[in-house]
Amino acid sequence: MSDLPIPVKPKSRFRLALESDLFYTFRRSPVAMVSAAVVVVLVLSAIFAPLIAPTNPFNPASLNLMNGFTPPMTPNAFTGDSFLMGTDDQGRDVFSTILYGMRISLFVGVAAVFFAMVLGITLGLISGYVGGWTETIIMRTADVQLTFPSILVAMLIFGIAKGVTPVEYRDQMAIWVLILAIGLSDWVQFARVVRGATLVEKNKEYVQAARLIGRTPGAIMLRHILPNVLSPVLVIATISLALAIIAEATLSFLGVGAPPTQPSLGTLIRIGQGFLFSGEWWILLFPAITLLALALSVNLLGDWLRDALNPRLR
Amino acid sequence: MADPVLSIRDLSVEIPTRHGIVRPVDGVSYDIQAGEILGIVGESGAGKSMAGNAVIGLLNPPAHISKGEIWLNGQRIDHLKGDAMRRLRGKEIGMVFQDPLTSLNPLLRIGDQLTETMLTHLPISRAEAEKRAVAALEEVGIPGAAERVNSYPHEFSGGMRQRVVIALALCAEPSLVIADEPTTALDVSVQAQIIALLRRLCRDRGTAVMLITHDMGVIAEATDRVAVMYAGRLAELGPVRDVLTHPQHPYTHGLMASTPLASQGKRRLHQIPGAMPRLDAVPDGCAFNPRCPHATDKCRQAPVPRVSNGQAACWYPLVDEKVI
Amino acid sequence: MALVRVKNLSRVFDVSKPWLNRVIERRSKAFLTAVSEVDFEVEPRSTYALVGESGSGKSTIGKMLVGLLKPSSGTVEIEGIDLASETDAAKIDAIRSDIQMIFQDPYASLNPRWRVRDIIVEPVASRGGRTEGLAEKLLEQVGLSVQDAGKFPHEFSGGQRQRICIARALASEPNLIVCDEPTSALDVSVQAQVLNLMSDLKDDFGLTYVLISHDLTVVRHMADKIGVLYLGRLVEEASPNDLFETPKHPYTQMLLEAAPQMDGFGREVQPPEGEIPDPINPPSGCAFHPRCPIAQDICKRQRPEMRSINGMRVACHLAE
Repeated sequence: MSDLPIPVKPKSRFRLALESDLFYTFRRSPVAMVSAAVVVVLVLSAIFAPLIAPTNPFNPASLNLMNGFTPPMTPNAFTGDSFLMGTDDQGRDVFSTILYGMRISLFVGVAAVFFAMVLGITLGLISGYVGGWTETIIMRTADVQLTFPSILVAMLIFGIAKGVTPVEYRDQMAIWVLILAIGLSDWVQFARVVRGATLVEKNKEYVQAARLIGRTPGAIMLRHILPNVLSPVLVIATISLALAIIAEATLSFLGVGAPPTQPSLGTLIRIGQGFLFSGEWWILLFPAITLLALALSVNLLGDWLRDALNPRLR
Repeated sequence: MADPVLSIRDLSVEIPTRHGIVRPVDGVSYDIQAGEILGIVGESGAGKSMAGNAVIGLLNPPAHISKGEIWLNGQRIDHLKGDAMRRLRGKEIGMVFQDPLTSLNPLLRIGDQLTETMLTHLPISRAEAEKRAVAALEEVGIPGAAERVNSYPHEFSGGMRQRVVIALALCAEPSLVIADEPTTALDVSVQAQIIALLRRLCRDRGTAVMLITHDMGVIAEATDRVAVMYAGRLAELGPVRDVLTHPQHPYTHGLMASTPLASQGKRRLHQIPGAMPRLDAVPDGCAFNPRCPHATDKCRQAPVPRVSNGQAACWYPLVDEKVI
Repeated sequence: MALVRVKNLSRVFDVSKPWLNRVIERRSKAFLTAVSEVDFEVEPRSTYALVGESGSGKSTIGKMLVGLLKPSSGTVEIEGIDLASETDAAKIDAIRSDIQMIFQDPYASLNPRWRVRDIIVEPVASRGGRTEGLAEKLLEQVGLSVQDAGKFPHEFSGGQRQRICIARALASEPNLIVCDEPTSALDVSVQAQVLNLMSDLKDDFGLTYVLISHDLTVVRHMADKIGVLYLGRLVEEASPNDLFETPKHPYTQMLLEAAPQMDGFGREVQPPEGEIPDPINPPSGCAFHPRCPIAQDICKRQRPEMRSINGMRVACHLAE
């Protein structure tokens, strides 16, 4: 005799997602919805920057030096052109540079977090599942790295990488070096969380059942344990993204990040702060507000996600 | 008959959820007399612990008492809040939970925990309380009590820890003890010790006991009367021997018949089809009707009558259905 | 010929603190003997039950039977092959698909991210076998419906999950299923369903069970032969009738006396003395002697050998 199963059609992943508790708490959290909206708008405008931006700030042909230092929403005295957020010293439209700068910032942030995530998950899974000396070496390395501020680690890696790249490739390579530097400075927390979750999961009986039928450690880690340790990773990835964007901005602000030919939000802020005291406030203010909005909303989204996925806080 | 120590009248507990209101306890009534052990038995999700938590005001919000009354020694306690409830919990109601570690403060010596509890609730001096702490540990059968009062909870084994919890629950001389699965985490041989201890202490002091468990064997050996719960409702209430040997409710009967018994040899076990309904999908009428072999249209529509002592909440109670 | 032959099986765990702590606290290494010199055989198509309280080593034995743990000494032979020492990969693979296990916690034993279909066929799929329609067939055999194959484990109750575990265990058409407390997480009425299902499947598929349990009523109902364990040692082995009617070992007697009985209304039991000793420092001689009502001098000095008395095996100096 069965437990009276009710015959129903298996639900698709999409349907399950819509009915999930996560979606439900999302709908009930105004902070999460506003942050998500801000993130979506910013990300979309970065992706479609060439379509939205009035000018391409990296095309010298479209620049007119006469337009330099035009205040926002005011017609230029010489050319009569008006700009939403004004222009910088070279007459580049600040709004356009922000859109293009955000592309660099987001690309570096996402790529760095992805790199850190892959590295951290791999090392965390291996040290949690295999244990022994492998674990000791990986986790002690992580501990040592944690004693340095991550921005310092990133600068160190950046410095070394810059030293070994030939001069003519430096500007091209800068973005990739930046990603490597931020990613390497950020993998530790992924590894720690994944290792902790792996230690819990590997003793559960479904993992024993898989070992019993002779599945290899690799298959068990990838197919069984990995899907079950991903939810805390998701939280860290979101919060790390905000931090990575800020780290990139910091490095660029310090002059060791994105080159002026490919300015990120940080580079724009660095350029802008030179004009702050001569009255051209808009060159600094608008990139700074964008960075703030981006980092804050990603971070709030991460905070909400952490609370929503943590059953103890429900 | 004397006034009962605890009297629960038509108690309901509700939890609002996003899928609507669920009622883990639904119109439950029972009394416990002084010196009596009332067993509350049921499967997981039957609401047996929730009813106990409601009595001691330990419902986790948003769960709340939506209906009914709880009377303790002639005082109504279901509306008590904060401090008043806390005072009552230590003084008038003692508690023993499944996991003894959660009821003991790991950072305090057990002697200090006992003396603190007594000083809070009894008008005695510290010296007197310390003396009584040793006596309490001796009474629950902890060897070398005079030295062990200075031990920390983790220095005791599981069974000894549960004895300490019982000593702690009884030290302020409460009139009611609520024991929620007190032996489930323990081994058989230790379980027998704890049950015997609980019975002896309560008989000697005339304490009323609510013993919540899923184990029919424990119910049979330890309790005087038993309340069988199903899907938040009382299915049957009566003297333990009557309920277990001549169950009137088909659910109780199914429960008894599905337990492997020595006397029945290797025959197939009786099984109740299906499983207990989830709280958000309790059927109309009698909650048991989809699994009941005797159900009629009446059972599917009309709410079953509430039970009093010696009765089953069933339109067609079984007669002369002997199981053991 | 016996399907399972366990000889002189022992398992020791290193429970020492880390090296630095040991040096600072001047302690030597600590070892926990979870299983000590256990011998038994399981006949094909029978149910052999291992019963004991916590720390008796019954789960450790179960894990060694299926190859999840390696023995410290002694051997486990299944169909004449010892998984721990066998080097022929083909033989190991053949034996692995002949052994399956059902676990205690139906909530932890199914991967929450997998659909039921994938869970059930994994033992076959991982060897590259044909899995078409297999999950559906097995689901029906364990009393669930074909539609359940596409669902996730969280949509099922505890009893239904245990049925899914049984379906997974059957997928590779095993001979031997080790059941580690298969019903102790379930309610009584659901337990009856699962036990009946296990009995039916045993007859239908000619299965052999090793049933690990602390519940005497379940063991008595299911087993053809029962081994009683105390502190990692086998103290008594007999058929259910012999064991429950005329237990020879004082520990078995104590256990049977202490177990709550459904018809024991107001029974005044003399509760057993003491608790299970610390397995890191087990008592000398017979491990049960500190709690034994009839212990003598010899019990403290010498560990009793397994002896046969009237078709029962018992490890006690004084049993007769």
